[in-house]
Amino acid sequence: MLSDTIAAVSTALGEGGIAIIRVSGPQAIPQVAPLFKSRIPLTEADSHTVHYGHIVSLQDGEQLEEVLVTVMKGPRSFTTEDVVEISAHGGVISVRRVMDLLLQQDIRLAEPGEFTKRAFLGGRIDLSQAEAVIDLIRSKSDRAFSVALKQVSGSLSARIHELRHTLIETLAHIEVNIDYPEHDVESLTADFIKDKSQEVMQGIDKLLRTANEGKILREGITTAIVGRPNVGKSSLLNALARDNKAIVTDIPGTTRDVIEEYVTINNIPLKLLDTAGIRETMDVVERIGVERSKAAFSDADLILLVLNANEELHEDELALMEQIHGRQALVIMNKMDLPSRLDTEKLRSFFAEASIVPMSVLEEEGLDRLEEAISALFFGGKLESGDLTYVSNVRHIALLKKAHKSLQDAYEAAEMLIPIDMIQIDVRLAWEQLGEIIGDTAADSLLDQIFSQFCLGK
Amino acid sequence: MNYDGGSYDVIVIGAGHAGCEAALAAARMGCRTLMITINLDMVAFMPCNPSIGGPAKGHVVREIDALGGEMGRNIDKTFIQLRMLNTGKGPAVHALRAQADKFLYQHAMKETMEKTPNLTLRQGMVEELIVEDGRCAGVVTKTGTVYHSKTVILTTGTYLRGKVIMGELTYESGPNNQQPSVRLSENLRELGFDLVRFKTGTPPRVHKDSIDFSKTEIQPGDEKLKFFSFETKSSDNEQLPCWLTYTSPVTHQIINDNLHRAPMFTGIIEGTGPRYCPSIEDKVVRFSDKSQHQIFLEPEGKNTSEYYVQGLSTSLPEDVQLAVLRSIPGMEKVEMMRNGYAIEYDAMVPTQLWPSLETKRLPGLFTAGQINGTSGYEEAAGQGVIAGINAARKVQEKEPVVLDRSQGYIGVLIDDLVTKGTNEPYRLLTSRAEYRLLLRHDNADLRLTPIGYDIGLITEQRYEAFLDKKGRVDREIIRLQETKVKPVQVNEALASYGSAPIVDGSNLLTLMRRPELAYSFVDLISPSPEELDEEMKEQVEIQIKYAGYIEKQLLHVEKLQKMEKKKIPDDINYNEIHGLAMEARQKLTKIAPISIGQASRIGGVTPADISILLVYLEHYNRVTAAKG
Repeated sequence: MLSDTIAAVSTALGEGGIAIIRVSGPQAIPQVAPLFKSRIPLTEADSHTVHYGHIVSLQDGEQLEEVLVTVMKGPRSFTTEDVVEISAHGGVISVRRVMDLLLQQDIRLAEPGEFTKRAFLGGRIDLSQAEAVIDLIRSKSDRAFSVALKQVSGSLSARIHELRHTLIETLAHIEVNIDYPEHDVESLTADFIKDKSQEVMQGIDKLLRTANEGKILREGITTAIVGRPNVGKSSLLNALARDNKAIVTDIPGTTRDVIEEYVTINNIPLKLLDTAGIRETMDVVERIGVERSKAAFSDADLILLVLNANEELHEDELALMEQIHGRQALVIMNKMDLPSRLDTEKLRSFFAEASIVPMSVLEEEGLDRLEEAISALFFGGKLESGDLTYVSNVRHIALLKKAHKSLQDAYEAAEMLIPIDMIQIDVRLAWEQLGEIIGDTAADSLLDQIFSQFCLGK
Repeated sequence: MNYDGGSYDVIVIGAGHAGCEAALAAARMGCRTLMITINLDMVAFMPCNPSIGGPAKGHVVREIDALGGEMGRNIDKTFIQLRMLNTGKGPAVHALRAQADKFLYQHAMKETMEKTPNLTLRQGMVEELIVEDGRCAGVVTKTGTVYHSKTVILTTGTYLRGKVIMGELTYESGPNNQQPSVRLSENLRELGFDLVRFKTGTPPRVHKDSIDFSKTEIQPGDEKLKFFSFETKSSDNEQLPCWLTYTSPVTHQIINDNLHRAPMFTGIIEGTGPRYCPSIEDKVVRFSDKSQHQIFLEPEGKNTSEYYVQGLSTSLPEDVQLAVLRSIPGMEKVEMMRNGYAIEYDAMVPTQLWPSLETKRLPGLFTAGQINGTSGYEEAAGQGVIAGINAARKVQEKEPVVLDRSQGYIGVLIDDLVTKGTNEPYRLLTSRAEYRLLLRHDNADLRLTPIGYDIGLITEQRYEAFLDKKGRVDREIIRLQETKVKPVQVNEALASYGSAPIVDGSNLLTLMRRPELAYSFVDLISPSPEELDEEMKEQVEIQIKYAGYIEKQLLHVEKLQKMEKKKIPDDINYNEIHGLAMEARQKLTKIAPISIGQASRIGGVTPADISILLVYLEHYNRVTAAKG
């Protein structure tokens, strides 16, 4: 607690064009270094210098976010420890992605007021401020506590409890084998531990998948409206917006090329992205727009492809359909009020009948059909309505991933026939990590479990 | 009429496993020490199972030995069986367990004590503590002897207001029909101490010649022996086997038919019993789906026919006990020599103690062993050594010795007791330790001998032997790392271990990490130029093989130790720290933790409270520094 490395977003989420993520602690520089690719490796950077580069995936080195990173070595920093500040585009998703990666390292999410606390303990803050620092910690902790309670209520908490129960039963079994070697309890096999680890890993995977749904529920289903210029994309956006009380926002960090609107259709929040017309272009400025829209397109949860029914399929559109293939998509055959010249045979070879929606955006004809199709797609298919266990907090996701990793370690150790008392270390770690999500790390419950599960004694 | 019995540096009350260690440690550290016990025939008596060791407990015995205590040496002299348990598991949980000749054990310990300089043994019953200037300054016995001292260590076991219970029968008694200590318990209450009522029990003893061993399974000792003490290198002791049998459906029927006579269920027993040591009636009721329970028959010594019936702890009436015994295969015609019984006794609420085991309320008074709410000889002895050391250091005006949770099971035990307290008799389990992999049986000497030496309980000669061992192990590990090998040198040997061949060059240390290889592989390829005994080879192997896991735990320990080093001043007033939650304020005031580390382990104290405490302490320290 005194010496570990912590991270938190130090600007308010969603406000302003830039978000700053601050990392502080003795391991701040070496822990961030592998995630940051730039001209000079972070470990060789001088103190108080700023570096341009990218946050990259540890697995494949893929460049995920464009960032500026500032290195400030202790004691000449706010906390008097080594500090790394990462300035990223202020979008919620960018910030989450970076935090997500940081928390996979040996870095934990800062407690409320912890940077200030460290600054004070490091002697950076005047003595007279001690009381103010205490107040800050208290009030922030209390607020964080009530927020955390809300987030961890209901079905998520119940599922974590279930997973932990499986783990604690396994742990009790391991412990009894160790502490009561002559007792006639069934001895533990590597397979038993593998089975149990796998069972819980699957449960975690399921929760992590719903984490994606969690993102959907909080921020809206990212819906990209794509198509060639002048097929009616903007009109569709406006029509949906009019019909559904849109909140129009400017997206920080992006250009005029993508317009973003939030709408709610049958209780499903959508984040609508009107992308610039996708077509090959020589114009450099427009090309950037196209690049961005391609990125938006590839991130989207749902794609609305708008076609002009009055025209034949263009080769750009065919290329688009190739790309969309296999993704969740609806095809809007716009301008149905005009004579149809579209090769519907061709269309059906790409899309199911149900996902082709004839409309006339101009006449506001068929809008209800589109809304129904969207609802059907999500509630009927992927989203289980009424059972929306979701994990959205970046801390929860990090802990779930860490628990998963611990169980993976346990699984592999069991496979290598490592002794159970060592495998236990990782199983127990997973149990504690899951416990942190729901705020339960009491070690005593393991003993309770041992003595209620097994009949022991002399 | 009171009379003056003389004055001492340290007085130890009680001669059980805690008392013996405490008295020996204090006397060996040069303190004039007096040990008073109700009955001098009961020194180091084993009122329950005639065995020492097992997981966590055996580890403690090794730790006591490394600190210069006696239990390890004494059991090595007097065992009638030795077994290393858990050998199929990792080295951290290998655990030595001995069957003791309980009579020889007592005699050997008493002899050692009698021959120890500075140590006086006296029979007597202490009834009162002398308090002068708010400090404990001696004791008064029932016969009116007044002994003055600088410190007093209470190791009263289960004697305080002891009450034996069996069926409908109850009577005031210590264990094994010894006189209980009633007045001292009252005196502790008068002095303001909080006492709780705990309960424990023991099974019947039976005559060997009345057992049909052919219906039981034999449980022999190990052929290749390992010992508890660093000093014991070999033994000629003859080993006796134990025997295993099981309860029958008839046993369970008899117990169920007699529950109305079981004090556990009729409400006669008020004390809280340990969950890990339930009576047979408790097991049958709570685990009714279990069709049988294990019963081990253990000899109590070479020169006695008494056998201890492990698994059958009970407070049922005597006639039911006999019927229960005779329902067990192999014991159809058994003669019961002593009946089992439950015993209730007073214990201190251990949160009234500092981690040094000195009481907060009465400086100079220490408590150790079962009086602190623990159970088990080893747990008692472990506390006894620490109390003896710290009483002596107090006399010598030195800082107390406190082991942290990464240094030993003794540290875990005492930290749990004084930080969290206990609501049942406390038994050590390896699962109570966060750093199990570091607290191994095999490295207890490496962990604690330097401390024992610094304190003055480890002799120069033994310390040199220890350094020699450590040096050889360390050098061998370096040698293995530096010994480069080529495929042609090792692939044949690797194959003989069923291990994959190497393609490029490697070194022996890297190869030794493979689970399938043992140190014998090194002997095959490149024997050590230095002579290494089995223990050293094992040490080399363990340190290499589990380095990854060990390092992971060491990283945690580093963090722990930073927290332990942040000391909290004695005069801190938690009510003055605004921002602390009410619950934290109360708990911190009650426990009075000595460090931030200890504070963080108190239930109900949140991380936010700890943050606030840190900020407050920083403020406090800066203000204190400014005042000069």
